[in-house]
Amino acid sequence: MSEDAAPNGASLEADLYVRRGSFALTMRFGVAAGEVVAILGPNGAGKSTALRALAGLLPLHRGHVRLDGAVLDDAAAGVRLPPERRPVGLVFQDYLLFPHLSARENVAFGLRARGVGRAAAGARADVALAGVGLADVGDRKPRQLSGGEAQRVALARVLVTEPRLVLLDEPLAALDAGSRLQVRADLRRQLAGFGGATVLVTHDALDAFVLADRLVVLEEGAVVQAGTPTEVARRPRTDYVARLVGLNLYRGVAHGTSVTLDTGAVVASAHHATGRVLVAFPPAAVTVHREQPHGSARNAWPVTVVRQEQHADTVRVWLTGPLDVAADLTPLSVGELRLEPGAEVWAAVKAMETMVYPS
Amino acid sequence: MTRVVLLGTALVLLLSGGISCGGGPSDSSRPGSSANSSVLSGTVTVLAAASLTETFMALGEHFQREHPATRLQFSFAASSELASQIVNGAPADVFAAASSSTMHQVVVAGAVAGKPAVFARNRLQIAVPVDNPGDVTRLADFARRELAIALCAPEVPCGAAAVRALESAGIIPSVDTLEPDVKSALTKVELGEVDAALVYRTDVQAAGGRVTGIDFPQAVEAVNNYPIAVLADAPNPAAGRAFVALVTSSAGRRLLADAGFQQP
Amino acid sequence: MSREPERSAGLPAALVPLAGLALAFLLLPVLGLVVRAPWRSMPEVLSRPDVADALRLSLLCASLASVVCVVLGVPLAWLLARATFRGRSLLRALVTVPLVLPPVVGGVALFTALGRTGIVGRWLDQWFGITLPFTTAGVVVAEAFVAMPFLVISVEGALRGVDRRFEDAAATLGATRWYTFRRVTLPIVAPGVVAGAVLSWARALGEFGATITFAGNFPGTTRTMPVEVYLALQRDPAAAIALSLVLLVVSVGVLAVLRERWLGSRV
Repeated sequence: MSEDAAPNGASLEADLYVRRGSFALTMRFGVAAGEVVAILGPNGAGKSTALRALAGLLPLHRGHVRLDGAVLDDAAAGVRLPPERRPVGLVFQDYLLFPHLSARENVAFGLRARGVGRAAAGARADVALAGVGLADVGDRKPRQLSGGEAQRVALARVLVTEPRLVLLDEPLAALDAGSRLQVRADLRRQLAGFGGATVLVTHDALDAFVLADRLVVLEEGAVVQAGTPTEVARRPRTDYVARLVGLNLYRGVAHGTSVTLDTGAVVASAHHATGRVLVAFPPAAVTVHREQPHGSARNAWPVTVVRQEQHADTVRVWLTGPLDVAADLTPLSVGELRLEPGAEVWAAVKAMETMVYPS
Repeated sequence: MTRVVLLGTALVLLLSGGISCGGGPSDSSRPGSSANSSVLSGTVTVLAAASLTETFMALGEHFQREHPATRLQFSFAASSELASQIVNGAPADVFAAASSSTMHQVVVAGAVAGKPAVFARNRLQIAVPVDNPGDVTRLADFARRELAIALCAPEVPCGAAAVRALESAGIIPSVDTLEPDVKSALTKVELGEVDAALVYRTDVQAAGGRVTGIDFPQAVEAVNNYPIAVLADAPNPAAGRAFVALVTSSAGRRLLADAGFQQP
Repeated sequence: MSREPERSAGLPAALVPLAGLALAFLLLPVLGLVVRAPWRSMPEVLSRPDVADALRLSLLCASLASVVCVVLGVPLAWLLARATFRGRSLLRALVTVPLVLPPVVGGVALFTALGRTGIVGRWLDQWFGITLPFTTAGVVVAEAFVAMPFLVISVEGALRGVDRRFEDAAATLGATRWYTFRRVTLPIVAPGVVAGAVLSWARALGEFGATITFAGNFPGTTRTMPVEVYLALQRDPAAAIALSLVLLVVSVGVLAVLRERWLGSRV
């Protein structure tokens, strides 16, 4: 798959090359009208740089940005539309609501800046606030708003200007775990009602999977993977993505239905393949046994328990041996197997459960 | 409270009067201070009107030669400012003022030992910039409204003298600024910011060629006396008396005359 | 709300005596004025028309001077805080020159620039017939010259403290730089501007050296309270103390009212 993640007929068409000191961001992608694309990546991958470049806050060294056919940036032609003339709205990570203005005045700000009269702008702001379910906070100052309310005011402030592209920088990062769930659901609904292109940046896989139609995974300034959440989750191409989506991921060479991993271990799969491949299987597919198993599981490795983590209703057990494996077990089986760090057991995976795809 | 202060002042006056009665004659009858020069030592602090700066500096060199064991220390400022410093307890030995009324303030406060002696007189002159842009020739020109005119404020000696001179001439001046001291009036002439000012003759002379002085007949109505006195709380009264003696000596008078002062 | 008691509880005990000493150092001279003031002759001093004139002129000129400081000083502070150009640190140092310059020298310097024969003043006179020395406008100029650094330093500090991403946010919402400056940056630094304006007003009100040098002293046009006090000191020190107290009471009163107005709604 190429780095070009632009679908045909994209509303946003971006080819970004931005240098900041020793860091360089290279990124090509597109977003269709009504589509939500999440840029997913670890800290320092260049996600915010990409957003700032799209908003016009950072100059491109090379490349271009087009929105609905109009050129916003064209480094070669020396074109760079200033931020205030782009039909682009940016919701900052910490919202940056103007502290001296009420929620209504914050939302009305963009309209006032465009010359809309005070009364008209205030009325439209009230409508926008009602649209994000905050009809009654118009008179409050930002410091009197909860995190979730501030997030929605920030979104309303952007949407009221009717942008063609909305950029969201870590929209949920500033929230506590309690309000995240609700705000995430609200945000999803609000983005669904927005007709333009949306790009959101996050390092949280769940946010990306819930909110986005497509993911672009960014690592160290470069796109490493792009696709629908399902595609990315099924077939992670880097350790980062695999960890993010909770899959065991290995690299190796396939001969028919057998894959010899770079670590030397051999994994049997149900699919034929040849050449360099990636092998992935979910932790839930791994079973753990005191004795070497027999039967349908064709893959079994002697392993040692490294550590275990209690999750909501499963225990994730980290195992090491011919290969490192994460397994999700029920608390009952952990007890029955008397698992503890240092215990020597067998890990097994059915060939049917493994995914093999070219790397 | 005013009454208490007055009572205190009266007491001090009485006391200082008593001292001056005892010590006065011996002071004035001892012009040849060189006789006891060998015993004079320590620091002598002299507070003097700003217009005396150049003359007193020259006299100071003379004094140091005669009394090498002493160290002479001058403080030059507006007389009235120095007077209030003395009244507020500034440690000094000698005070030389540019007007009798200023000296009177110090005398009333009981800060003077003996009777002040007038050692010089100074009279006013019209000071104009060298190019004389206002074409000022006489005191009557001070009434011309189009000119920028500086006088000293009436609160300070040169201002009081200016008022006397103008009143005697029957001239109502068109004043632009009332300067707090004579030097700042002179500075404004030097800078060409005013067309004319009334300052002391000695100040014009000290300014060298930077301003032009014009004599006027009414100046005789406005002559300032310069009194000098040893202070009651002088830390070094003997040396103070020696300095006063030098100022009032013939050598002192010669130097003062050179600077443009008149004999008392 | 709950922050206040927390903060005072955390005050290191070692600071208390020093703070007390500082307070005594600042207030004792004022106490001295109050004790030595000729209370009996106060009504007579205060009823003198020249005192009322001087006080009125002082308040007028100090207020105009602080307006000049705000109008010119805020853009300068913005330049120093935001623009990047060679020699900016030198320029920043030069802005504080009126602070270190003896005020009388400041007055002479103003003559050389704006006086009748000054570099600029010459042309002001020839082309527009404007002469600043010995006029009320001259008082405002002298006071603004001395007071401007207080405003510039205060506002520059406030501007440096502003999260510049607020300006980015305004830009992405469609605001031009000018609109952003007026509606975002300026309101956010308003406390700094107010603090600077108050400081420069207070400095202008007490200004003596540059004023008397550049604007001179004439009742009703250029004789401000500090000049009045200085002249009174020559003649009648008790009256000078009375006048100083008047200036003190009026300025402290104005500052207290301003504080109430400005900070009352904030805290």
